[in-house]
Amino acid sequence: MTQLHIEALAWAPQERGRAPRPLLQGVDLHVGPGEFVGLIGPNGSGKTSLLRCAYRANPPDQGRVSLGADDIWLRSARWCAQRIAVVLQEFPDEFGLSVAEVVAMGRAPHKGLFDGDSAEDARHVVQALAQVGLAEQRERAFASLSGGEKQRVLLARALVQAPQLLMLDEPTNHLDPRYQLELLQHLRSLGLSILASFHDLNLAAAFCDRLYVIDGGRLVASGTPQAVLTPGLLRQVFGVEALVDRHPLHTYPRITWITRP
Amino acid sequence: MRVGHSTAAYRWLIVLLSVVLLLSCLIALAFGPASVPLAKVAGIVGQQLGIDMPGEWSQSQAHIVWLIRAPRVLLGALVGAGLALVGSALQAVTRNPLADPHLLGVSSGAALGAVLVMLYLGEFIGVFSLPLAAFMGAAASMLLVIGVARRNGRMETDRLLLAGVAVSFVLMAVVNLLLYTGDQHAAASVVFWMLGGLGAARWHVIWLPALCVVLGLVTLQMLGRGLNALMSGEQTALSLGFNGRRLRLQVFTCTSLLTGVLVSLSGAIGFVGLMVPHMARALVGAENRRLMPVSALLGAIFLVWVDVAARTLIAPQDLPIGIATAALGGLFFIALLKR
Ligand SMILES: Nc1ncnc2c1ncn2[C@@H]1O[C@H](COP(=O)(O)OP(=O)(O)OP(=O)(O)O)[C@@H](O)[C@H]1O
Ligand SMILES: [Mg+2]
Repeated sequence: MTQLHIEALAWAPQERGRAPRPLLQGVDLHVGPGEFVGLIGPNGSGKTSLLRCAYRANPPDQGRVSLGADDIWLRSARWCAQRIAVVLQEFPDEFGLSVAEVVAMGRAPHKGLFDGDSAEDARHVVQALAQVGLAEQRERAFASLSGGEKQRVLLARALVQAPQLLMLDEPTNHLDPRYQLELLQHLRSLGLSILASFHDLNLAAAFCDRLYVIDGGRLVASGTPQAVLTPGLLRQVFGVEALVDRHPLHTYPRITWITRP
Repeated sequence: MRVGHSTAAYRWLIVLLSVVLLLSCLIALAFGPASVPLAKVAGIVGQQLGIDMPGEWSQSQAHIVWLIRAPRVLLGALVGAGLALVGSALQAVTRNPLADPHLLGVSSGAALGAVLVMLYLGEFIGVFSLPLAAFMGAAASMLLVIGVARRNGRMETDRLLLAGVAVSFVLMAVVNLLLYTGDQHAAASVVFWMLGGLGAARWHVIWLPALCVVLGLVTLQMLGRGLNALMSGEQTALSLGFNGRRLRLQVFTCTSLLTGVLVSLSGAIGFVGLMVPHMARALVGAENRRLMPVSALLGAIFLVWVDVAARTLIAPQDLPIGIATAALGGLFFIALLKR
């Protein structure tokens, strides 16, 4: 019954000395149980900002964000972290944490102040690292991993959090084709509710049940990939020409970019 | 060498460091202007602890070892442990490997408190006047730094670091002005205190730093998971359910109070809080709940030995321990850079 509901959301960054200019306006979005929902839009259109509103980092100026029947802003950060896991675009580490230590952080929302790390926690960590294909790397320094490996470690951390809803900000931008497909296939098989932002529209088309298109802080289209990804919309939102046909093997659309010679 | 994730290896490391610390304290008791052989030291300590040991020693040797040196060695261990602990926590919470206990302006506030008392009030409540005044100064400067750093009810790490530096400079300017214009005799004793020293240690004050270090360690260990998350960024901490703002305030308050107590008893001892956490990280990694106990133990061992050096290098005089830690710390960093 987990459902993310965003209703009539508006948000503006707090900047000093300037009148707040709303970055997100009138956003209505929902993610049903087990649904894989994609968020696409140009650079600077507000994808990351919208996700932040949804995982309780940016307090909305208007509207409501709820998970199930609960307004997340009436609940604690901890309550949210027990239900929502996030894979962020960046993860600074200046002190040399190991891979296993980074993943183990994901258990934090489920532990009390006096709890130590249990054998079960360790099992969760091992399992999640195996799921992302990094079981062998658990003792390595996180900072020494490649960009794609880091992204997979962060996914493992999110899995260890045992969430009902998973949010990912461009989860595939560092991954090679094999891990792009493996990661997304794996995400699908989890049966979690997922909200993820994408720049690769073909990946979004292949894996998402529904898509939302955001442009200039407003949602301009939503629906199944077939309904949303039309040459007209791609021209309007991204300003590029594209050929859209059916994928030869599947029912979802395939986008071919038209480049000038 | 780095102790891996096996908890058994980690436990052995803790045991080993504890044993080294105990032995260091015992051996350190033998050093000083008056020589007392180690066997007699063991006998004196044993007797005080109710264990019968063979050997003979004079009353004055027992006095020197138990009433003068023992509290001093203990205070050294506690100050070293406390400063290293505070350094580890502050480095994590500010995400800045160069953060140290004096960062939040605590030491300059303590210095101001000490100067005001020494120059204008005198020892109004006996030997406790200076530590008390130093502590009040430390607490006041901490509030000042946090007040300066806040904006719109938020407190960002970068602003806090800058506020700490700015407040420190202003307070130190006042301190130096007072020293320059004030009574030179009183000024000399303040300067001596500011250079750092463990000479003020007595059995009847030891309980205070001991209690504070233990409470500090327990509190920071409890906040350890949050520290880990905060070390990896504000958004990460938030997505793991930690309120970064509240956590930072808790850590700053706890570390400032602990530093205030230590600085008030020992003066401003630099570099321990900056340097020891790095050595500890090389041993056990950056996970804060593993790091902090090791850091505290290493800090204790380190300061016990630096104090031995301070007591013997220019004997029968005491070298201010702050000079010794600064020299050693600086050389350590140069060695690290040249490696
Ligand atoms: N805290 C903030 N203060 C000021 N401006 C902000 C803030 N957060 C976001 N912005 C601005 O809002 C716009 C949208 O940013 P956002 O990060 O949400 O875009 P995005 O869709 O995720 O872009 P990308 O595809 O490049 O990741 C940008 O122009 C950004 O500069
Ligand atoms: Mg973004």
